Amino acid sequence: MANDDISTPGTAAAGTGATSPAAIFDYAPAPESRAVVDIRSSYGLFIGGEFVDPAQGRSFKTISPATEEVLAEVAEASEADVDRAVAAARRAYTRVWSKMSGRERGKYLFRIARILQERSRELAVLESIDNGKPIRESRDVDVPLAAAHFFYYAGWADKLGHAGFGDDPQPLGVAGQVIPWNFPLMMLAWKIAPALATGNTVVLKPAETTPLTALLFAEICQQADLPPGVVNIVTGAGDTGRAVVAHPDVDKVAFTGSTEVGRSIAKTVAGTEKRVTLELGGKAANIVFDDAPVDQAVEGIVNGIFFNQGHVCCAGSRLLVQESIAEELLERLKRRMATLRVGDPLDKNTDVGAINSAEQLAKIRELADVGETELAGGPGERWSPPCDLPGTGFWFPPTVFTGVTQAHRIAREEIFGPVLSVLTFRTPAEAVEKANNSPFGLSAGIWTDKGSRILWVANQLRAGVVWANTFNKFDPTSPFGGYKESGYGREGGRHGLEGYIR
Amino acid sequence: MTPISSSEARGGRLEVRKTYKLYIGGAFPRSESGRSYVVNDAKGTFLANASAASRKDARDAVQAARKAFPGWSARTPYNRGQVLYRIAEVLEGRRAQFVDEVQRSEGSGKRAAEAAVDLSVDRLVWYAGWADKIAQVVGGTNPVAGPYFNFSLPEPTGVVAVVAPQQSSLLGLVSVVAPVVVTGNTCVVATSSARPLPAITLSEVLATSDVPGGVVNVLTGALADTTPTLASHMDVNAIDLTGLAGDPETATALEVAAAENLKRVRRAPAAEPDWTPEPGLEAMTTFLETKTVWHPIGI
Repeated sequence: MANDDISTPGTAAAGTGATSPAAIFDYAPAPESRAVVDIRSSYGLFIGGEFVDPAQGRSFKTISPATEEVLAEVAEASEADVDRAVAAARRAYTRVWSKMSGRERGKYLFRIARILQERSRELAVLESIDNGKPIRESRDVDVPLAAAHFFYYAGWADKLGHAGFGDDPQPLGVAGQVIPWNFPLMMLAWKIAPALATGNTVVLKPAETTPLTALLFAEICQQADLPPGVVNIVTGAGDTGRAVVAHPDVDKVAFTGSTEVGRSIAKTVAGTEKRVTLELGGKAANIVFDDAPVDQAVEGIVNGIFFNQGHVCCAGSRLLVQESIAEELLERLKRRMATLRVGDPLDKNTDVGAINSAEQLAKIRELADVGETELAGGPGERWSPPCDLPGTGFWFPPTVFTGVTQAHRIAREEIFGPVLSVLTFRTPAEAVEKANNSPFGLSAGIWTDKGSRILWVANQLRAGVVWANTFNKFDPTSPFGGYKESGYGREGGRHGLEGYIR
Repeated sequence: MTPISSSEARGGRLEVRKTYKLYIGGAFPRSESGRSYVVNDAKGTFLANASAASRKDARDAVQAARKAFPGWSARTPYNRGQVLYRIAEVLEGRRAQFVDEVQRSEGSGKRAAEAAVDLSVDRLVWYAGWADKIAQVVGGTNPVAGPYFNFSLPEPTGVVAVVAPQQSSLLGLVSVVAPVVVTGNTCVVATSSARPLPAITLSEVLATSDVPGGVVNVLTGALADTTPTLASHMDVNAIDLTGLAGDPETATALEVAAAENLKRVRRAPAAEPDWTPEPGLEAMTTFLETKTVWHPIGI
């Protein structure tokens, strides 16, 4: 499965010169050592502070998406296991965690944050092996942000009365949390840190393709002497997740993932007392005005869509360019894309790693093919830079579609891969109209030198996060979440506490 | 008994009875279905015929609310506060009429009705004051670890369907509508089914209080005729199920329908709350989104 997704070499070379910069500046491989990581051959479920065997003894394999190498056998939690985990969480909640002072809870969180830093290299390497993301990103983004979330919420634990939700906010109880595969450790931190800080205990289900850093986190909980049952980790796929969400003794459901699953969760919890936060899909508009510094914008566009292989719910997947600069911008964008290094996630020079799973690769291919069909006969094209993709593993080259219209599926549906759709506009009002023409509303980008225009456009956009002259920035102090069908509730910041207290 | 605010023909004069209509897009249409229903007082005596809103009326009302949203949400909070205060002023001026209507609708004593009307006015004033403060209380700047200016501010979620309390015909109504609109949302209200008359008269107050047409739309009739349409409507962003207190089955069905486009849901309480204590922020924050804006800092 080599370069079957790349359009004709003639098109690829257009505007980039005959020789790609990647060829001129050839890098020697700079692989990060795997020696720091010790992957066990099999993992049980983490319940009540211990690794235990699943009731039905079933397991599944997690593989490296870059090599298809089997990494470990992981237990598949059944309903009975979820039951056990919720019971452990309830016990820990009632007997220990809800009684503990905020000050002491905070100290546990600080401890965890410190261990995350101490073992950061190990976590980064493991994340890249299991997820396929470049080590540059797991090392510089995922792990530091995960630690930062624990630090941030640790400090809230003994200050909840000052958070603006009343003098004496109370925890909800047991939180059932289901997280996706795109940022396995970071999503875990986003979920667990505020839940523990506010005095809740958790049962967390990591994604079936990326369970390993969550299981290493379980060991970190042991190392931190976190009371047994405060954090429980049940591995498994959709059925396990459904069991967590539907469990009658779960007081709070927190989910990050697709809008489709979010919808079904909202239906499942209807009529119950369960509180819910949902972080769902997106189709962000990244709007570039004619006065934007073009090279800076190009960097932002690349970061917006190719960061983490485009496996980002807030990825800038719809590029809206002002018509007058579209040609120049696209030329420079293609030139920049040709310098992206696609390949071994553990190579420190890699920009774009592996697609997380064969299933995800199939979805990306399907939608990209639909995009190509939709463009047929029109002025638009599908383009990827020339790049040699490894023979094993799951790979998709950075891809851009030009001449896209709002009716095209590639402009409406979340692709969740390194695929950018380019549309144009003439006036700011048209840009806003097109940007908001989506059932999603998670994020958006604005590129312009004019401050008043930034503020006007930011005001008009129906999206939870707006990045102006930057993109894909995250911080634990900063609320993140969607409008419309991108879900409800916010994670991060003071706002992130609200979903866990009453 | 006779219709509200009238007595038997005085001095040989025949009274002019009021025709109660819907309130959609700033106008007072009858139901497109042509249907009406009998509204009795608490003792079962005829008070008036009210319009029985249909599914089509509900859809029209959503359309009107959507149309009004860009303009209303773009008003300055200061201006929205002024408009809310204006509602209170006009309501105060029609105090006697409302006392009469609430008394008959709810079968309460005169003093209780007076208290409810007075508190309704005061509640509008309370919410009017929130218009330009809520962003300061729930928004703010975020001290991120990097050279960025980053702030979060609340924004209205859009069109909100409100199932109004069934018992408290005016105070309950004001307590669920004011928080929705003061923050810039527009709404479609399904009123108390058995006690709709104060809601229609409140519509007349709204129509003369600088509230743009379509910001509040009022539907009377059986809840079963309109609320399923509102809950499943893909252009409604949120739903307040407070009016279904004590009817968990219906509330659950509407919550399931609302999940289709991930509406924000304010769930129904087990029993209708006491509306007299000062409300918290929840009625406002449930229908607010938080928008976080980032910009690099540099020279």
